[in-house]
Amino acid sequence: MASVNDTRWRPLEIAFWLCTLLPFVLAPNYLSLASQIAITALFALSLDLILGYAGIVSLGHAAFFGMGAYTAGLIAKHYWTEPISALLIAGIFAGILGYALSHVIVRFRHLALIMLTMGFGLLLHEAANSASVLTGGADGLQGFRVPEILGFKFDMFGRAAYAYALAVLFVCFLVTRRIIHSPFGLALRGIRENATRMPAIGAPSLSHLRKAYTIAAVIAGLAGAALTQTTSTVSLEVLSFGRSADVLVILILGGAGRLYGGIVGAIVYMVARDQFSGVNPQYWYFWIGLLLVAVVMFLPNGILGGLSALHKKRQ
Amino acid sequence: MLSSAVGVLFDGFAYGMLLFLLSVGLSVTLGMMNFVNLAHCSFAMVGGYATVTLVNRFGWPFLATLPMAFLAGAFVSLVLERVLFKRLYRATDLDQCLLTIGIVFISIAAFAWFYTTDQQSARPPEWLRTSISAGGINLAGYRLFLIVFGLVTTGLLFFFIEKTNFGAKVRAAVDNQRMARGLGIDVDRAFMLTFALGGGLAGLGGALAIEVVGLDPTFALAFLVYVLIVVAVGGLGSIGGSFAAAVVLGISDMAGKYYFPWLGAFLIYLVMVGLLMWRPLGLFGKR
Repeated sequence: MASVNDTRWRPLEIAFWLCTLLPFVLAPNYLSLASQIAITALFALSLDLILGYAGIVSLGHAAFFGMGAYTAGLIAKHYWTEPISALLIAGIFAGILGYALSHVIVRFRHLALIMLTMGFGLLLHEAANSASVLTGGADGLQGFRVPEILGFKFDMFGRAAYAYALAVLFVCFLVTRRIIHSPFGLALRGIRENATRMPAIGAPSLSHLRKAYTIAAVIAGLAGAALTQTTSTVSLEVLSFGRSADVLVILILGGAGRLYGGIVGAIVYMVARDQFSGVNPQYWYFWIGLLLVAVVMFLPNGILGGLSALHKKRQ
Repeated sequence: MLSSAVGVLFDGFAYGMLLFLLSVGLSVTLGMMNFVNLAHCSFAMVGGYATVTLVNRFGWPFLATLPMAFLAGAFVSLVLERVLFKRLYRATDLDQCLLTIGIVFISIAAFAWFYTTDQQSARPPEWLRTSISAGGINLAGYRLFLIVFGLVTTGLLFFFIEKTNFGAKVRAAVDNQRMARGLGIDVDRAFMLTFALGGGLAGLGGALAIEVVGLDPTFALAFLVYVLIVVAVGGLGSIGGSFAAAVVLGISDMAGKYYFPWLGAFLIYLVMVGLLMWRPLGLFGKR
């Protein structure tokens, strides 16, 4: 790395984003999987901002994903079906929730932090389960459809869905990339490394962490809303502990604290799940568990961390 | 009204005993090494399945399988501690969380493979299944057994920790690990043994829980939340705190299910979040 604030686009990055267009041509039957990957990558990117860069461990990040998903679903069901405005509103709602929770979250560390994030996630899950008048409870929210985006139909081939998910991912990626390379992003990394020393050099830890947490919540909400709009259902699973754990696994697998960590993790994880669950879905978690143990023991910085270490060794 | 309240208290207390057995090991080991072991309930599951296998496949009497459930839990936790966990004592919370969640996932899939995902049962002897009526209140024999068993175990544990030489070492290591090392206490060995003891108690809890909540491979995750609540609320490394937290949680969970069934687990989570925000080190936590 030339310098921390080297914001120029590297050729590899440009090549990567061009490659994301390939599924349209090469794998038209897998476009719905591709849009799922893009949404999961966006969710993981959001977690990366708080976990990888700001060092806030969260076992309840699905709260914001679910908030976005339900907001978008309720708008489509009861009000209007134009997706972009609904997406933005869902992001705002998730952001409000994130801002409210951030006041509590940033004050805690270690076990209490893990328990609290998990607790808030579980609370929201239970609340959505109980408030079945609004959310449909365990059956999920059904009976709505988002027909089209800017005149393109969301059809069974999933072309519009993938294009939409990819566009949302790309825009959020640009914003995150800008944040990471800004002085604010640098301050976040400083807080991650030493939370007591940063205020001494003029960076207010808590308010920085609150900002990062709120931004991450907005992005997670956008991911949830995009999932709702491209699949036309909201299941209670969007708020589940399993989803929070999955996104953590994905980010760690790809490499936390790296802009592309979540995206690479999402691609590997979702493609592997798609392949394995075809064989025997019940035992998918065995492989995930094994993968987690292996990553923690042998590849502490994820796939990207391993690759860059390999690259450095070569030079 | 009164008899239902007594019934809820009774059932809740029995449930609390179960939660105490399941969580006390985690509380002590977390207090000693700050190792976040989310796989603790997997040890309980090992004990539960040991009992199921011995009762249903080999025709052992239920009570005779309990020591084996303890040994199974202790053995598995000992092996995992030696092979994997001890490498991560200095790692971050996140790494510890991830490794142990990985083990939870593996255990869930492995038990689903060997035992299917069906609910398993292991019948306790008939004399434990009869219930005693006293003053119009029905006391289920098995729950009475749980309460007696739990109280005896707690007494033994207290004696062990407060009165024996080994217990003193464990307390020293919980209070100040570095100082204990400086005094020549072999903290690693004490930790290993405590870890095995905690795993064994969890295995026992898993075996005893079969009759109350059943056993299927998701046990490791479903009970994790309850165990973590007990640990977090009771305070790390505090046996008395774990006991109090387990009883309060058991009774309030039963009362919630009985009087406010529409709230589901909402109440429990709310209490947990509230308590953690109020006292992040737990009600009885010292550090």
